[in-house]
Amino acid sequence: MTTILEMRGITKTFPGVKALDDVDLRVEQGEIHALVGENGAGKSTLMKVLSGVYPAGSYDGEIVYNGQVTSFAGISDSEKLGIIIIHQELALVPLLSVAENLFLGNEVARNGVINWPEMYQRTDELLAKVGLNEAASTTIESMGVGKQQLVEIAKALAKNVKLLILDEPTAALQENDSQKLLELLLELKAQGITSILISHKLNEISQVADRITVIRDGAAVSTLDCRAEEISEEHIIRDMVGRDMEHRYPERQRNIGQPLFEIKNWNVWHPEHKDRQMLRNVNFNVREGEIVGIAGLMGSGRTELAMSIFGKSYGRNISGEAFLKGQPVNLSTVDKAIKAGLAYCTEDRKELGLVLEESIVSNITLANLEGVSRGGVLNTAEEQKVAERYREAMNIRTPSVHQKVVNLSGGNQQKVVLSKWLFANPQVLILDEPTRGIDVGAKFEIYGIMNELAAEGRGVVMISSEMPELLGMCDRIYVMNEGELVAELSAEEASQERIMSFIVTE
Amino acid sequence: MTEELSKSKAVRQKSVGEYFAAHLREYGLLLALIAIMAFFQVMTGGVMLKSVNITNLFLQNSYIIIMALGMLVVIVAGHIDLSVGSVMGFIGALAAILMVNYDWPLWAVFPVCLTAGALIGAAQGYWVAYWSIPPFIVTLAGMLVFRGLSLWLLEGQSVGPFPKEFQLLSTGFIPDFMPESMSASLAETFGARRFNTGALSLGVIGSAVIVYLGLKKRARNKAYGIEDEPKSFFIGRNIIVIGGLLFICFKLATFRGLPNVLVTMAVLTIAYAFLTQSTVIGRRLYAVGGNEKAAKLSGIKTKRLTFLAFANMGMLAALAGLIFAARLNTATPKAGFAVELDVIAAVFIGGASMSGGVGKVIGAVVGAFIMGVMNNGMSIMGIGIDYQQVIKGLVLLAAVIFDVYNKNKQG
Ligand SMILES: Nc1ncnc2c1ncn2[C@@H]1O[C@H](COP(=O)(O)OP(=O)(O)OP(=O)(O)O)[C@@H](O)[C@H]1O
Ligand SMILES: [Mg+2]
Repeated sequence: MTTILEMRGITKTFPGVKALDDVDLRVEQGEIHALVGENGAGKSTLMKVLSGVYPAGSYDGEIVYNGQVTSFAGISDSEKLGIIIIHQELALVPLLSVAENLFLGNEVARNGVINWPEMYQRTDELLAKVGLNEAASTTIESMGVGKQQLVEIAKALAKNVKLLILDEPTAALQENDSQKLLELLLELKAQGITSILISHKLNEISQVADRITVIRDGAAVSTLDCRAEEISEEHIIRDMVGRDMEHRYPERQRNIGQPLFEIKNWNVWHPEHKDRQMLRNVNFNVREGEIVGIAGLMGSGRTELAMSIFGKSYGRNISGEAFLKGQPVNLSTVDKAIKAGLAYCTEDRKELGLVLEESIVSNITLANLEGVSRGGVLNTAEEQKVAERYREAMNIRTPSVHQKVVNLSGGNQQKVVLSKWLFANPQVLILDEPTRGIDVGAKFEIYGIMNELAAEGRGVVMISSEMPELLGMCDRIYVMNEGELVAELSAEEASQERIMSFIVTE
Repeated sequence: MTEELSKSKAVRQKSVGEYFAAHLREYGLLLALIAIMAFFQVMTGGVMLKSVNITNLFLQNSYIIIMALGMLVVIVAGHIDLSVGSVMGFIGALAAILMVNYDWPLWAVFPVCLTAGALIGAAQGYWVAYWSIPPFIVTLAGMLVFRGLSLWLLEGQSVGPFPKEFQLLSTGFIPDFMPESMSASLAETFGARRFNTGALSLGVIGSAVIVYLGLKKRARNKAYGIEDEPKSFFIGRNIIVIGGLLFICFKLATFRGLPNVLVTMAVLTIAYAFLTQSTVIGRRLYAVGGNEKAAKLSGIKTKRLTFLAFANMGMLAALAGLIFAARLNTATPKAGFAVELDVIAAVFIGGASMSGGVGKVIGAVVGAFIMGVMNNGMSIMGIGIDYQQVIKGLVLLAAVIFDVYNKNKQG
């Protein structure tokens, strides 16, 4: 086996944080190399060093690519050598077509005039390679995230990729899209393309990875070879967290009480297309101390349901009734919904959850400023205490709670959003994909918090695309399909197959 | 866990150099102001820092600073207001007509004018907030409308002069409240013709308050482990600020004392600094500018805040209009022409970001002073209005480039 890439003694510091501390990484030609580690361990940072996002000189150590010591002043340098990174957050232009996105900055043109026929033709070829059946003129906006992810890979292929880096490509994907993507990776591997894959979904890693490097606290702690012997997920977790984890889901005493929150005959129309009904006659309830799941495909209307309930934040012509403890409740604005005791923790942390340029402190207290002020004047000392409390409870990795949220790792940002809604002290907490991009250890902590909330008699609603976590956590699971709740299953009845059967039948 | 905590504690201590790099913008602004003043002090052969010129500096720039406060709020909320110059001129004209043509008493003119300003701001804010019409367009329209309306109100003429009491708003000084004997002896000591001890004592009190609040904040930060500026920076910054304050108060004391507008301006600056940094409304404002959608989903009434930001801007523009008219002792159709550009430039020089969510009141005020000192210094030097514009434009560009460069370097 030849070595395509060797990173030696990489050290990278940000003001106040040593993100990488003398990391070595060796990747062999033609393998799929997985990179795992807790949130904030330094995975994304290492890949940004590799791809020139952090230019040579801003870190210590050296990069040997194809046997030569190289240094990149920017992404374009690494791309020239065929090193292409697909970031945790996708970088496609929503309003442009697939073709335009594929060749963005790399247009098929002569003397600055674009040759559209050729560009479309090459787009079709590339789309065929990644198994995407879309017209070259489709806008990115109109595609699901799964397809967008494939477009990103096609874009990498357009640049003649040799070493493909994927930072949590499946975090926002559901089961079957993830599978497609993993199969594509294997196919690319057969064509001799090397990949580095970052993921918190260990089952996927076991499925495709040839070797795994585990990063903990900015240092590479081990490299495991999956080709020689089967590596168990427990083994990976032990290396990641530094200790054994016996259970994936914490123990819980069930104590389910009276109906707490209820929605009846909920109908919602699309905000722009007036005649498109997004939710149809939805009836649903949560009891005190209950954890209720909502399963379904992406785009089935789960997020739309949650947001339309939460202060009419989505849709128009919303009709239906809402009850809290049996009493009708007015949820017409977010403000009223929060006061009534609702909280909605969004799945889209960058767009809808966080004020990125603000500190952790101000993000955590934003939905409940009354809780840290008197007479409209902020008590910053109190705020600080609150933030420190959640930093401890959620294990948010940061040098200080005054760090800007934009500087946190993806998973730690997610924890800040969660903290914000916990601090709002809700009676009913709606969590939309709460564990997206979160490491196994932190997932366990979040599940624990959900259990605590339930134990205090609150109601928790969990929207998730990860079936195992719904099955592991929920007392009851609703299945949503095309804007309707098509099934309601108790924990005993529910199984992966049953849920899938309701999703696929239509 | 404990290992992790101790590790994070260890990295919390930043070096002095790192701290300076991270806050280059804030210190840079202060240093730039000092450098510019020093430059003009030399170039004007010492005229810059003469008592009478310092007094003039405040009189000339007060209305810009007052509007910069409102503009900062608007810009932090993620918007812009191009109409402030016209609104300022319009309100000056309105006040002139009411006082000169209709003989309205002052106690009626003030509330009516301020309310009119607030309503004008609200009317524009309404379209921006509730109809999502880009503020650039709404306030561009407002700029034309109120420029035209002032012409119409004044019928193309200048209207004045105004009653004495009205002029005091701009040209009045705080009388010396300290015993006369004391002032007389101090005047002798400093070899000045007169000495306003009250002005100096207010400066001393102000300095004491600044040091006290600074120390209190430091103590609190320390107690909560918030990273703070290194001691040397704290001392250095305070020496500069207090030295500057005392120097200015001393200079003013040897002339006619503290101008009324200076006091108005100082009170407003403190009020808006408090509003933006220490209140719930202020925090929400930054959130709206930083990420409107996230703010909305956190229960913040984003539209109302936007609306209020514009109404507030209108009211401050009205106040500025009154002050400006009082200073000239006449209302002219040209009053406030192109002033919006100075105001907006001041806010951006002060470190605010076009995309919203970033910027500080103190920054905007210092930015306005930088503009003001340049205007004043270049005028004394006899530099033509043509070059003045070019130089101001380049300074604005340089400040913003510095911002962006700084941000990229840290990123
Ligand atoms: N621009 C930055 N400024 C300051 N600190 C940063 C910056 N970028 C990353 N960090 C810090 O560096 C550490 C590593 O972050 P990184 O994004 O590499 O983590 P990660 O392993 O990718 O985590 P996740 O699984 O949550 O995505 C974190 O502690 C993070 O807070
Ligand atoms: Mg990451």
